[in-house]
Amino acid sequence: MSTRIGVVTFPGSLDDRDALRAVRVAGGEPVPLWHGEHDLHDVDAVVLPGGFSYGDYLRCGAIARFSPVMTEVVAAAERGMPVLGICNGFQVLCESHLLPGALIRNAGLHFTCIDQQLRVESTSTAWTGEYSAGSQIRIPLKNGEGQYVADETTLDRLEGEGRVVFRYVGGNPNGSRRDIAGIRNERGNVVGLMPHPEHAIDSLTGPGTDGLGMFVSVLKSFVCS
Amino acid sequence: MQLSRQDTVAQAEQTPDVEQPFTELGLKDEEYQRIRDILGRRPTDTELAMYSVMWSEHCSYKSSKVHLRQFGEKAPKTDVLLVGMGENAGVVDVGDGLAVTFKVESHNHPSYVEPYQGAATGVGGIVRDILTMGARPIAVMDSLRFGDVDNDDTRRLVGGVVSGVGGYGNCLGLPNIGGEVAFDPTYNGNPLVNALCLGVMRADRIQLAKAEGVGNQVILLGAKTGRDGIGGASVLASATFEDGSETKRPSVQVGDPFMEKLLIECCLELYNRDLVTGIQDLGAAGIACSISETSAHGAGGMRVELERVPLREPSMTPVEIVMSESQERMLAIVRPEDADEALAVCARWGVLATVIGEVTDGDRLIVTWHGDVVADVPPGTLADDGPVYERPLERPADQDALQSGGSRSLARPSGPDELRAAVLAMAASPNLCSRRWVTEQYDRYVLGGTVLAMPHDGGVLRLADDTVRGVALALDGNGRYARLDPYAGAQLALSEAYRNVSVTGARPIAVTNCLNFGSPEDPSVMWQFAEATRGLADGCLELGVPVTGGNVSFYNQTGATAINPTPVVGVLGVVDDVTTSVPSGFTRDDDVVLLFGATDEELDGSEWAWATHRHLGGMPPRVRLAEERALSATLQRATAEGLLSGAHDLSDGGLASALVESGLLDGVGARLRIAGDPFVALFSESTARAVVTCADADVDRLLSIAADAGVPVARLGRTGGDELSIDGLFSIPLDELRAAHEVTLPALFG
Repeated sequence: MSTRIGVVTFPGSLDDRDALRAVRVAGGEPVPLWHGEHDLHDVDAVVLPGGFSYGDYLRCGAIARFSPVMTEVVAAAERGMPVLGICNGFQVLCESHLLPGALIRNAGLHFTCIDQQLRVESTSTAWTGEYSAGSQIRIPLKNGEGQYVADETTLDRLEGEGRVVFRYVGGNPNGSRRDIAGIRNERGNVVGLMPHPEHAIDSLTGPGTDGLGMFVSVLKSFVCS
Repeated sequence: MQLSRQDTVAQAEQTPDVEQPFTELGLKDEEYQRIRDILGRRPTDTELAMYSVMWSEHCSYKSSKVHLRQFGEKAPKTDVLLVGMGENAGVVDVGDGLAVTFKVESHNHPSYVEPYQGAATGVGGIVRDILTMGARPIAVMDSLRFGDVDNDDTRRLVGGVVSGVGGYGNCLGLPNIGGEVAFDPTYNGNPLVNALCLGVMRADRIQLAKAEGVGNQVILLGAKTGRDGIGGASVLASATFEDGSETKRPSVQVGDPFMEKLLIECCLELYNRDLVTGIQDLGAAGIACSISETSAHGAGGMRVELERVPLREPSMTPVEIVMSESQERMLAIVRPEDADEALAVCARWGVLATVIGEVTDGDRLIVTWHGDVVADVPPGTLADDGPVYERPLERPADQDALQSGGSRSLARPSGPDELRAAVLAMAASPNLCSRRWVTEQYDRYVLGGTVLAMPHDGGVLRLADDTVRGVALALDGNGRYARLDPYAGAQLALSEAYRNVSVTGARPIAVTNCLNFGSPEDPSVMWQFAEATRGLADGCLELGVPVTGGNVSFYNQTGATAINPTPVVGVLGVVDDVTTSVPSGFTRDDDVVLLFGATDEELDGSEWAWATHRHLGGMPPRVRLAEERALSATLQRATAEGLLSGAHDLSDGGLASALVESGLLDGVGARLRIAGDPFVALFSESTARAVVTCADADVDRLLSIAADAGVPVARLGRTGGDELSIDGLFSIPLDELRAAHEVTLPALFG
């Protein structure tokens, strides 16, 4: 039986179809999930995709956090279900307190769409097991509010516990503290990152295939466990 | 007099002699008289408002219609056109049961008044045009023209417009795959913001803007109606309806891309479930336009109960409601038995949906307000039978002097050092420098179908996950060429877009256009317009690509000074296999570099003459449509055979600019040799040319394809290294070139 990976569509989600495609390309069974349902449809893992949920007119992710589906996502995450938040999904995870810190406006104040070099700092997560620690990958980054911030204590703790998962290399594109591009929770099942792995699964339509590893990683994590 | 809130048909019949403010509404004496003749009485306030917006230049094309007819009359034979001009956008068959619709539209004046919202709603409006045809919007492009970079206001406009285009398109989840940015003092005080959208659908799923079927429900979808944008399309920005507050309302609309995203998904679900029989977006002239067009184009009439329209401000009058240009609204015609399901779909997407009327038998459009009839008109007289003018034309008095003042006398760089400096200076000039500062503010990845986007010459999209079929798009214009010769200028814009699509390996099949001109009441502007439309129609006929739709933007001028006439042309191409699409530059070492096409000394109107000497005069480069066709055929065939590793068109800035961009694409240098006068070789803007690269093994085959098509070929040299080097002249390290090319826009606007 194939592994079912859910992708939540909030009103204003934009990269949901891309995340569903990435799951399929990686060999999983993509399952669309709807923001208004208290139902995860028996998925094994969840992706919160990029976009502008509810228009992000308040604070990015601030309203999505209160949607019915997020009650289920939070409960499942706390039970250990793998959850990946990409861009707006990362913002939703921070707003939901599944991950610490917050994402604020880019230091340069502009929306920025670039191919970004990242270093994989942690492979002990449900989503990065396929990468080797220290390896560099290139995937698109596209956001207006991607500057990761947290207080120094939190940042020190993230570093100390090996919970920085991705770091920007070759220049910090948005002023994120300590070049942080992605982090994980203590258990390693919840990962959030600003860059978009779902746009790097096919070199025809992206800068390469470096992003596919995240979707393959989570599928393999089920085979292994 | 003041217009009361409830001027009814009954009142109009009883008070035939009331004076009406038709002049303030932009209607001429004879137009007002014609309305009275049509109705057999004076119009009500609501009717007068509806006629004034529907008969405005923007909605009725009254000055341009007689010229635009040529696009139909001279249309080349084609079997790909499923829907032609006149609908919201043309629809083209691209094979495999798929159809594509695309169109470009202007939002120039709103973008000057309020750059962010003006540009944002420009994108929003064209996206709804595409959605209305039944298609999923899958990409946008934008053609932006600003005043001089040194003009005080340019910075405000560039920043606002670019973030508006990005803010709306990014939030809508549409990749921006290309376009153009140009600077010229002619656009001081009148920037051009032209936005293009492209959508894809199954060929059997085309929707049309018509209301048919007696008893069918008329449903208004989307945002509530507010006082924003009243008169935005037309003439009402300064008209007084009731003394006081309303007069100062902004006439620029405010965009809500989140609502538009919901509207897109909602409409697509309505189409997929076959729940609508007709649909129309609300853009210029709002409800007035959508109800009159749908009822005019269907069989039967329509009755609309205006008090049912959900309002942002409850005190709005019928006049304000029919004229409001509030964004993110659509009008759907739904069978009564489907109405509940349709409303449920809307509710699921959180889209407000309200039945505001129904299709009736008879041939009248009747609008009521709490039971009183406030409009009762034959809808065709609003939508189709507006005034048509044959405006006087006159060749501008300065045209001869302009054309005789060529660039020959300008000081040219001579010797290796001056040429090297000129190449670097041109690479850094505002019109040729890297557009990265702009394009990085746009999402080019969303939806996952982008194969090529900027800085490539044309954008290429895969149409669906399960096919390699795709389309290519390019959008080009050149106001300087058109000023020197509008007939040729329009053809040169067409040629460039056609060439940009061709270098990706695509087969050009259709055209859209946005015609930006000054006031049609100025005979010399009308002459430019007549020449440009004639040129474009003739050019499309010769290239075999029909015009599928477009937009005219008049009154682009400050005081008495019109902008350079600026026809912007979009060309759509079909790509049989997107995995073979050709990038615009050098992609690997040791390829052979060839120049396709012939170079003459053509520097009048060139970027070099402008950037170096601020000179505009003489005759633009010769139009070579037959050569463009041959070049395109060669590129298509070479692509199909997998021979090309890169291809870059030559246009403004000539060979020098093409080489700079080719080298910087992937950071691959080249060592080249050029024949003849090196200055002419580097900077002439002769058309129908491209720089192409291929492997050694493929050169002979490529040369033979070019020879078959009659395309002249010069062998320039070989790719490789980290310098752009011209034998016997100069070499420039790519790093130095990149620094020059990249620094300009961030330094100006960053």
